This record gives sequence, structure tokens and C-alpha cells, in this order.
Amino acid sequence: MLSSLDISIIRKIQEDLPLVPEPYKAIAEELGITEKEVINKIQGFCKSGIIRRFGTTLNHRNVGFKANSMVVWKVPEARIKDVSKIMILFSQVSHCYQRPTFQGWPYNVFTMVHAETKQECEKIVKEIESAVNVNEYEMLYSTAELKKVSMKYFIEE
Amino acid sequence: MEGNSKDLLNLIQSNFPLESRPFLKIAKQLNISEKQVIDIIKELKSNGYIKRLGGIFDSRKLGYYSTLCAIKVPLDRIDEVAKIINCYNGVTHNYIRNHSYNMWFTVIAPSVEEVKKFLNHIKIKTDIEDIIELPMVNLFKINVIFNVKE
Repeated sequence: MLSSLDISIIRKIQEDLPLVPEPYKAIAEELGITEKEVINKIQGFCKSGIIRRFGTTLNHRNVGFKANSMVVWKVPEARIKDVSKIMILFSQVSHCYQRPTFQGWPYNVFTMVHAETKQECEKIVKEIESAVNVNEYEMLYSTAELKKVSMKYFIEE
Repeated sequence: MEGNSKDLLNLIQSNFPLESRPFLKIAKQLNISEKQVIDIIKELKSNGYIKRLGGIFDSRKLGYYSTLCAIKVPLDRIDEVAKIINCYNGVTHNYIRNHSYNMWFTVIAPSVEEVKKFLNHIKIKTDIEDIIELPMVNLFKINVIFNVKE
């Protein structure tokens, strides 16, 4: 269970870390606790997996990865575990998830593939295709970004 | 991007130092000053390379429910439907993609019921029935760390 102190620290570090020499001290002062407490709490969150990653989030389009494809695969149920093990070895695959299927939506494995060009992206997907021997898939490119924000947790609405 | 900025970006996407003077620690690794590190980060933020420096959370571990949804929107109604969907705070990403399910958005909410309620609201407001909800069944990989080369 998260304590109210946990939640107030989460509210701070889901925003931007202050760009001052002692950022944790700045947060601590605002919360009326010690710098050590702030650091220990964040370490604890990282350890327990509440924080997946502590660092910067980038605009990947701005750092050179202009072709980003959501590739959806129709993988026979019994092969999902083995196929995913191979897919995740590709460094260009940032995410690999299993998701449910529906009538009209037969694809159960999702991979995000990042490359500098569309051609390169297609080449990588071809390589994945032959590595896993699954040829029913579609590549969905984003043609417009309508919203992209980072989630704010524990905000009263 | 300059050499120092690239090296810095590759260094601080994860495991940002958890100590009193984190920027000083990075400065020592890059052989530049603490002030230079802070200034470069400020610059990378103002020109849009860095979105945020902080914690990236696992929403499920915080007790939230997160999911991916797709909806079939007639091309002439994209803006109208996007407005209805995007005004919800828990919608963090929304993209148009080249598929008959053409609008893809993520929803994070305090409970699964909240999400169902929201999707129902979308159906009523837009009169579009064709929405699928695709929550994660298994996570095999998540690694959003980029090797910045240029």
C-alpha cells in the first residue's frame, strides 16, 4: 500500500526534476522532509518496480527515429511464448506485448519497431518475419499524433 | 546535436543518479562541469529533444488500469471524435494509423470500471460502435531507451 508520503513524492517526480545542483533537496524542502528520505523513497520505488525507469523521456522523432511502426502479428496461440522470445532480441523492437483478439481483429502480438527510415523499418520487420516464421502481420504507421502526454497520477479531478 | 549532448542523452535515459549532486556525478563522467550538464539539459528541453526528466511509472503497480483502444472513425469526423476522446485526462496517447481501425489511443484510469464507463461515453457521444479494447495480456519487452547517434 502506498502511504500519503509515497503519493506526495510520486506527484513530484512524475513532473520534472528541478534543474538545480541539489534537486532532491529542493523536493524535500517542498515536502518538509529530508533529502535522504526522498532519495530512499525513490530508490525503493525503483526496486519494487513502481518506477520502471528514472531518467529522461525523449521525443523519439526528434532524436532521429522518424519511422515508428506498430507491427501486429497473428501468432498461433501455442507459439506465442517462443515467438516473443525471438522478437525481443531485436534491438529495434522497443515494446512486445500479447493482447486479446476479437472478431475482426485477429492479431495477438504487438511490437513497436523504430528506425530512421520507413525502408529500414520494413527491412527489420522482414528479418523478424523470417526469424519467427510468422507471415500474417500488418504494419501500422502513425500518420498523425493527436495527443501525447505523460500520465499524472493521484490528481484530484 | 553536439557530441556532449549526445553522450549526455545516452547517459541519462535511465538510472539517473540518486544522490545529492546527480548532475555533478554525470559531469564527472563526461568530463565537463556541473553547470554545463544543467545547461545542456535545459537546452535539450527547450528545443524538444527531452520531454521530461523524472520517474516513469508502472501504472498497474500504482493500482491503475491501463489499456490500448482502437476505434473506426470516418475520415471526415477525425477532429470531432479526437476532441471527445482527448479531453479525458487518462488518455495519454492518441494516433491516427493506416488501418480500418484508424484511431489508436491509450487509457489509464483508477479502475477497469472507469475505463468501461469512458468507452461507453465515447460510443454514446460519437454513435460509433466499433471500438476494441486491447489490454496487455503478457508483457515480453518494454525498453524505451534510444541510442542517440546523430
